Amino acid sequence: MVAVARRTDAERGARIDIRNVSHTFALETGPLPVLNQIDLRVEPGEFVALLGPSGCGKSTLLRLLAGLESASAGELLQDGRVVTSPDPSRILMFQDPTLFPWRTVWDNVALGLQVRRQLAAQRSRVDDALKRVGLTDFARAYPHQLSGGMAQRVALARALVNDPEVLMLDEPLGRLDSLTRIAMQSELVDLWRKTGFTALLVTHDVEEALFMADRVIVLSGRPARIEAELINDAPYPRQRGSARLAELRHQALDLLGLDAHW
Amino acid sequence: MSESTLAVPSLQTTSRLNDGPLSALWRAGIVGAVVWFALGALVQFWPNEMVGFSDWAYTQEFAVFAYAVAAVLLLLGILGRRADPVTSTLRPAGPWIIALAILFAIWQVLTAKLLILPTPFFAPPQTLIEVLVEDWRRLGESLGHSLVLLAVGYLVGAAAGFLTGVSIGWSRSLGYWVHPVLRFLGPVPSTALLPLSFFFFPSSWSAAVFLIALATWFPVTVLTWSGVAGVNRNYYDVARTMGASQWFLVRHVAVPAALPQVFVGLFMGLGASFSVLVVAEMMGVKAGLGWYLTWAQGWAAYSNMYAALFLMAAVFSGLITLLFTVRDRVLSWQKGTLKW
Repeated sequence: MVAVARRTDAERGARIDIRNVSHTFALETGPLPVLNQIDLRVEPGEFVALLGPSGCGKSTLLRLLAGLESASAGELLQDGRVVTSPDPSRILMFQDPTLFPWRTVWDNVALGLQVRRQLAAQRSRVDDALKRVGLTDFARAYPHQLSGGMAQRVALARALVNDPEVLMLDEPLGRLDSLTRIAMQSELVDLWRKTGFTALLVTHDVEEALFMADRVIVLSGRPARIEAELINDAPYPRQRGSARLAELRHQALDLLGLDAHW
Repeated sequence: MSESTLAVPSLQTTSRLNDGPLSALWRAGIVGAVVWFALGALVQFWPNEMVGFSDWAYTQEFAVFAYAVAAVLLLLGILGRRADPVTSTLRPAGPWIIALAILFAIWQVLTAKLLILPTPFFAPPQTLIEVLVEDWRRLGESLGHSLVLLAVGYLVGAAAGFLTGVSIGWSRSLGYWVHPVLRFLGPVPSTALLPLSFFFFPSSWSAAVFLIALATWFPVTVLTWSGVAGVNRNYYDVARTMGASQWFLVRHVAVPAALPQVFVGLFMGLGASFSVLVVAEMMGVKAGLGWYLTWAQGWAAYSNMYAALFLMAAVFSGLITLLFTVRDRVLSWQKGTLKW
């Protein structure tokens, strides 16, 4: 039923089970519910996009899955094990590259290996990760010398160096100019297809979700619950102008209540 | 990608601008030579106004010094680009070199030549040479004492301030207890504690170390703390998702992110430590440049005082330059982002 059937190199990806997860923030102004009984299974190696209006709580779901915060109710599992704390097998990429400005590009990418004391033995993994995002020549540059797109690619390399089983992308292309954005959507899809990690993309961009993902989960406004899901069976590599994508886009906008604008 | 060519324009060092064949000469150097030569002539040929029966010593030597500066400037001015890197180092100082000679001339005229400024409170520049030649041993010893005292106090205070700042920036419960104490006692000038410290400590020297350390500690603590507290939370999240421990977050995220602020604190602490050092030496410690100033005052040896003040200015500003150099080295990643 899902895309994983088509793919043979998915052994690296982890299965994700999100079971009945609700989350509420305790603000000074009172409790703020952001997630409402989310139930979702993501197969190993699948690319799932979470599509919803801004501020609906999509990012919170990724933070819970990353283990940065714990859910108010429900549980999140990775290959059947409950997620309790952050783990380098699940890497979250933020909307901002959040590179450490005091480190060179190379040292930023090396962060995960340094944290786990593997850097001395595995320096070549940093070079490989930089090569995969095409920034080998900028290894010695500092973040402030990079453009937005390059910085976000460094952040991608910093994630990839950990060989994640799950890559969570929290609107990572949201702040980029449209040309860079289109190029990086294709790059990310290529990387995912070559590597086989499970990918979860949070976005409010319908085209982006449909171009990249196997499956698009449409979320409601806050507190977010799952409204619908769209299976995107268009084969990779995809053509942006294809009739199938246009049809799916029509459906997605319909579900988001924006059909009149189509 | 096309952006890669746009975004990083200056990874290679920019080549020095070529400003034409005329600048092979260093014009400011040649003008400087003329002005310094004029200064030498003024000192040598305009007779000093006599005070009592004695003439100012070292007047001729001062003239020779001015001629020597003029000769060096003339040589460098003619050689210009060919005397690199000396010329290119001095080039930005050109207008100042000229202005200095004029200032020396005015000073000379107001004191030795016309006696417009009263002796003994004002002395011509050549008396500085006199003091340096005749009292260099005592001045040198005083400087040595001051530097040792300053170094011990400052380093202790800076280290303690850094540790306190990081601790209260990191640990909420520690911050709860230290913060009010810091807010209440921190603003008290260390010098106000001078009488008490001399009483409590076994020696005036250790009391002075304590006070200098205290004066340094306060700004370093406050700025380190605010630096650590102001670190972008997302930096921590990034490191945490990769499995970073608390210690890693402090050592490799909080501290490097706070370092620009820490250096502001170190700079402010250095200024405060100078003032406490001099006051402590004047009041209780029987050595050092501060003590030399009171000693010179006691003997009405105002030239000695000027010499000590000049030395102080040179050494203290040198120390601040040293701190800035260290900062620029450590924070080289900031190049092109911000400056203070």
